[in-house]
Amino acid sequence: MKILVAVKRVIDYNVQIRVKEDGTGVQTDNVKMSTNPPDDNAIEEAVKLKESGKAKEVIAITIGEEKAQETVRKALAVGADRGIHVKADNYIEPLGVAKILKKVIEKEKPDIVFMGKQAIDDDCNQTGQMLSSLLGWPQGTFASKIEVKDKSMEVTREVDEGLETIEINLPAIVTCDLRLNEPRYASLPNIMKAKKKPIEQLIAKDLAVDISNRIQQIKVEEPPKRKGGVKVASVAELVSKLKNEAKVI
Amino acid sequence: MTVLVIAEHDNSKLKTFSLNAINAASKIDSDVHVLVAGSKCESVCKEVAGVPLVKKVLQSDSPNYENYLAENLTPLVVKLADKYTHIVASANTFGKNFMPRVAALLDTSQISDIIKVDSPDTFVRPIYAGNAFATVKSNDKKKCITIRPTSFDPATTSGGSASIEKVEAVDVPNISKFLKKEETKSERPELGTARVVISGGRGMQSGENFKLINAIADKLNAAVGASRAAVDAGYISNDHQVGQTGKVVVPDLYIAVGISGAIQHLAGMKESKIIVAINKDGEAPIFSIADYGLEADLFEALPQFLEELNKLNTIQK
Ligand SMILES: Cc1cc2nc3c(=O)[nH]c(=O)nc-3n(C[C@H](O)[C@H](O)[C@H](O)COP(=O)(O)OP(=O)(O)OC[C@H]3O[C@@H](n4cnc5c(N)ncnc54)[C@H](O)[C@@H]3O)c2cc1C
Ligand SMILES: Nc1ncnc2c1ncn2[C@@H]1O[C@H](COP(=O)(O)O)[C@@H](O)[C@H]1O
Repeated sequence: MKILVAVKRVIDYNVQIRVKEDGTGVQTDNVKMSTNPPDDNAIEEAVKLKESGKAKEVIAITIGEEKAQETVRKALAVGADRGIHVKADNYIEPLGVAKILKKVIEKEKPDIVFMGKQAIDDDCNQTGQMLSSLLGWPQGTFASKIEVKDKSMEVTREVDEGLETIEINLPAIVTCDLRLNEPRYASLPNIMKAKKKPIEQLIAKDLAVDISNRIQQIKVEEPPKRKGGVKVASVAELVSKLKNEAKVI
Repeated sequence: MTVLVIAEHDNSKLKTFSLNAINAASKIDSDVHVLVAGSKCESVCKEVAGVPLVKKVLQSDSPNYENYLAENLTPLVVKLADKYTHIVASANTFGKNFMPRVAALLDTSQISDIIKVDSPDTFVRPIYAGNAFATVKSNDKKKCITIRPTSFDPATTSGGSASIEKVEAVDVPNISKFLKKEETKSERPELGTARVVISGGRGMQSGENFKLINAIADKLNAAVGASRAAVDAGYISNDHQVGQTGKVVVPDLYIAVGISGAIQHLAGMKESKIIVAINKDGEAPIFSIADYGLEADLFEALPQFLEELNKLNTIQK
C-alpha cells in the first residue's frame, strides 16, 4: 500500500497575525511558518500505517514557494520516505491545489491520500473533498479514527451531532482532525537522515492543469475590535451586573 | 438568477441552520429554491414549503440520500446545478462535507463560511481564525457558497406556500457506506442556537467536575460548550467544542470557565454579545475580550454563582 500525504506551509498557529495597512493581505515577512497543524496528524497516521506493516511507502507533497520544501523535509524527518515539491510562487486556490494533486496521483497511484481537514490560514476546508470528487473517490472527512482493511477503510468522523462512522472503498481521501493521533517530534538523527531523502521538484505551471484563480481578493481588514470590559470583585457583583446592566439573565 | 439551497434534515425535521442558509440565500437573490434530498422526507418538504422566503421546494426521495453521504448527494446537486447561478448550504459539518465536491465538478472555486453578502458575487469571510476579514469577489459563472449560520438570522417558518416539485434521484457511485452515528442526546438547547452558552476548559480538571457547569446550564437554560483542551482530555464529547475547528457560537451570554482564551477558541465565540470569563489567572488572554472578568478559583466561584442565581426570583429564558 502506498500513501500520499499533502502538507501545507502556513503561518505558525501561535503567531498573532497582523493585517497589512493597505488591505492587501496579512503580514508574512519575518513571520514564523510551520506545517498546517492537522497535516502533522496526516503524516503521523501515514507513518503509523507504515510502521504497522500495512503501508510500504509514504510520500509527502506540498505545493508552494521554494521554502515550502521545509514542510516536506519535516515530514521526511518524522518518517515519510520521499517528497514532492510542486513549485508555485503565487497563492493557488483549493480547486487548483486539488487539480495539481490529482495530476500527481494519476502518476503515483497511492491507495490512500491523507490531508488536513482545514488549512488554518485560509480556513477553506475544501481541498480534500475537491480532490476526491475530481478523482471520483470516496472521502472520509474530519477523521478522528480510522481502521484500514483490505479494500476499504472505516472512518470515524467528527460531525456536529457527535461521531459518525462510515466505510469507504479504497482508494480514498481522508482529511484529518487534530484528534486523530498525537504527532511525534522528529529526533535529531532522523532530521539528519531526512536531509538525504529525495525531494522531487515539479513546476506547477508546467503540469498542464488549469490553476487560474477564480476568486479576487478585494480587501482584507481587521475585524471589529472587542473592547475589554471590567473585572468584577465577586460573584455577587457579577450576577448583579448580568442582571441589571447587561440584562442577559 | 436563482439560488438553490441544500437543506439539512434528519428525514423528519429540518435542521435550523438551513433556515439561516435560506435567509442568506435570499440576500443574494429573492428567487430561492430548496432541495430536500432524503428518504421518506415528505414532512421536511412541507415544513420548507411553509417558509415564506422559499419559492419552490425540490423533493428527491431515495434510500441513497438517507444519511447524506457526500458521494451520493453530489451527483444530484451537480445535475440540478444547471438551472442555478448559486448553490448555498450552511458551513457546518453537513455543508463542509459535500459542497466542495459539487464545486469541483462544476469547476468552481467555492467560497467557504461567508458572514456577509455584499452583492451576488461579492462576500465577506473570516480567515486566520477570524483574525482578518476578507472581502472576495467570485469570477466563476456558478457560485458554490457555504454560509456561517450564526451570521445570518433564521428565516421565518410560517406563512409561506411554496410548490413542491419532485425530482428524480440520480445514480450513486456505491463507494461509501454509512455505518452508524453516535449522537450525544441532551435536553439542553443546541450550542449553535442557544441564547446562553457556558463552556469549560482544561481548568475543569475532569469530566466529573463538569457537573458544576451543568448545574448552571440547567438554571440558565444554557448550552454547554468546551475548549479543545477539555475535549482532548476526554472531559466531554467533541460535539461540544467551540472554536476555529469546532463550532461557532454567538449567544447573548457566553461564560468561559477555566479557559485561557487561545485565538483558536476565541474564533468560535468572540462575537457573543456579552462575554464572562472566570479564571484564576489574572493575566489570561480571555480577560482582554471579556465584558465581565472574574479572577477566581472556579471551584469556589461556580457553586457561589449557582447560589446567587438561585436567589434571583426571575431568570430570563
Ligand atoms: C489548528 C488548531 C485548532 C484549534 N482549534 C481549537 C478550537 O476549535 N477550540 C479550542 O478551544 N481550542 C482549539 N485549539 C487549541 C487552542 O490552541 C488551545 O490549546 C485551547 O483552546 C486551550 O484550552 P483551555 O483554555 O481549556 O486550556 P489552557 O490553555 O490550558 O487554559 C486553562 C485555563 O484554566 C485556568 N484554570 C486552571 N485551573 C483553574 C481554576 N481552578 N479556577 C479557575 N481557572 C483555572 C488557567 O488559568 C488557564 O487559563 C486549536 C489548536 C490548533 C493548533
Ligand atoms: N498548497 C498546498 N500544498 C499541500 N497541501 C495543501 C495545500 N493546500 C491545501 N492542502 C491540503 O488540503 C488541506 C485542506 O486545506 P484547505 O482546503 O485550504 O482548508 C490541508 O490541510 C492540506 O492537507
